[in-house]
Amino acid sequence: MIKIRRRLADTGFGVLALIVFAFSAFPVYWMVSTSFLPNSRIRGEDLAFFPTPDLFTLDNYRAAMFGEARAPFPPAVLNSIGVTFLTLVIALVVGFVASLALTRFQFKGRRTFIVLILVVQMIPGEAMIVSMFRIIDGWQLLNTIIGLTLVYTAGVLPFTIWTLRGFVNGVPKELEEAAMIDGCSRAGAFWRVTFPLLAPGLVATGVFAFIQAWNEFVTALVIMQRPEAMTLPLWLRTFLQATQATNWGAVMAASVLIAIPAVVFFLIVQGRMTGGLVSGAVKG
Amino acid sequence: MSLLADLPAPTAPPRQEIRQPSRKPFLPWLLLSATMVILGVLTGYPVLRLVVMSFQEYERAQLMGLPAEWVGFDNYATVLTDVEGFWAVLGRSFALMVVLVVTTMVLGMLVALLMIRIGKGMRLLVSVGLLLAWAMPSLAATTVWGWVFDTQYGVVNNVLTAITGDRWFGNSWLLNPWSFFLILTCIIVWGAVPFVAFTLYAGLTQIPEEVMEAAQLDGASAFQRFRLIQVPYVRSIITVLVILSMIWDLKVFTQVFVLQDIGGDRELTNTIGVYIYQTGMAQGHYGLASAIGVIFVVVMLAISYPYVRRTLREEEL
Repeated sequence: MIKIRRRLADTGFGVLALIVFAFSAFPVYWMVSTSFLPNSRIRGEDLAFFPTPDLFTLDNYRAAMFGEARAPFPPAVLNSIGVTFLTLVIALVVGFVASLALTRFQFKGRRTFIVLILVVQMIPGEAMIVSMFRIIDGWQLLNTIIGLTLVYTAGVLPFTIWTLRGFVNGVPKELEEAAMIDGCSRAGAFWRVTFPLLAPGLVATGVFAFIQAWNEFVTALVIMQRPEAMTLPLWLRTFLQATQATNWGAVMAASVLIAIPAVVFFLIVQGRMTGGLVSGAVKG
Repeated sequence: MSLLADLPAPTAPPRQEIRQPSRKPFLPWLLLSATMVILGVLTGYPVLRLVVMSFQEYERAQLMGLPAEWVGFDNYATVLTDVEGFWAVLGRSFALMVVLVVTTMVLGMLVALLMIRIGKGMRLLVSVGLLLAWAMPSLAATTVWGWVFDTQYGVVNNVLTAITGDRWFGNSWLLNPWSFFLILTCIIVWGAVPFVAFTLYAGLTQIPEEVMEAAQLDGASAFQRFRLIQVPYVRSIITVLVILSMIWDLKVFTQVFVLQDIGGDRELTNTIGVYIYQTGMAQGHYGLASAIGVIFVVVMLAISYPYVRRTLREEEL
């Protein structure tokens, strides 16, 4: 009797798990599937649910990348890559150095600085768009990669410092001290012992800075208004503003192109991020 | 006692060490200088500028070079007496936030409990689905959901037609503010549940098996075990998740803005972030938008205060 009930419950939970999976994965599946379907089977009442070999087409990708769009694709890719790469490098270098100061040194004002880093993260970028626009405009940097990179760097830097600080703290100082006793200088001990242990943390933090800059929308909307200055998210948006009916095949192809780097990089590093919150918050 | 048990416990640094850096007190500040310049110029100055602009008459003409006049609290007075504009938007944003936070937390907890109950294979399957949803950029997520609910050929109208026999083609989901917010809730909750579910799952798996078993032997029902053991164990995680969700859900911009592009009524669906954009960038009332921005910053800082305090306490600072 108990066995049967248990069996029934197992099946029930299995079905629930399938529903959760279907609900979470369906939109992603639908995006990819639509992007490979011909327009006739997208805009019609007999909708195709799977791009079978006889239906499979790359037309949507062609339309998205080379079709007539309000904003051209090639500069959008270059702008996105340029801004993201610059943001990533600057934030990592500056953030790493700062995280060292905050973890390996005791000095007056250290606590204040950490509090500041934490508080700054709570200022919503959406509130700042007006003054940001005026400032970047005043510096003649509207529609430039440098202008957007500056804003993004300031945006991701506090998070970068905060995360790297956690990683540096995770490497026991005793390791460095042992190396110093063995005759290493303080800097030498750091470069030879601590830095290699930090590499995974640097990669994870860098990837998160990358994803934030790659996906960012509001600031880009305000600062990169010219079609040839647009980043990929803004380029995708132009498909939705068209006066004629939306070409959903092309929109889905464009969405796939934008999502791929973000999804791939995210999957590489996600494990590190949930771990952080839990270890900080659970007190048994 | 905690997850950190296997790491060396943070102890106060020995005394010599505190004195040691005083030989080079400038070194940490040198390392922090780049950060201070960047944050000072690109966060501090914009905040200052925002506050200044909120006390000025700043319209399109000032953009062209006309000097901005000081108007005291006029902008704030205009904003705070604008019942149909500002207060409606603020109320809408908070109502939406409450719905989003509650839905996300409840679903996230249910999924976390489910993940504990099911076998390894099924858990992997659920994790894959959740990770995909989590990894999707919010913009791409919005376009996909917009397509799923498309007026002409969306799969929802298609399936509804097949099921009910009525013709659903041409049924616009976005034009009606209520179904607009229903879809918006779907998009945001869909993207936010994975983080909550994974975090709660990680927390719940930390509960010692003996505790749960003992409770079961004592005759506690599944619900009693949930209420009396599991919830208290992860209470602090729940608090953090609620505060973070509140912050993220109040700031929501991309999803609202892009759904409006696809076909919503902007007037009836603006949330605070989008309203700032519309007032400032679209209509050119920079001074008013700055005042709303200042109010928004204050609200967000107030909400994050408990989070900041608790983080500092946990980091033993």
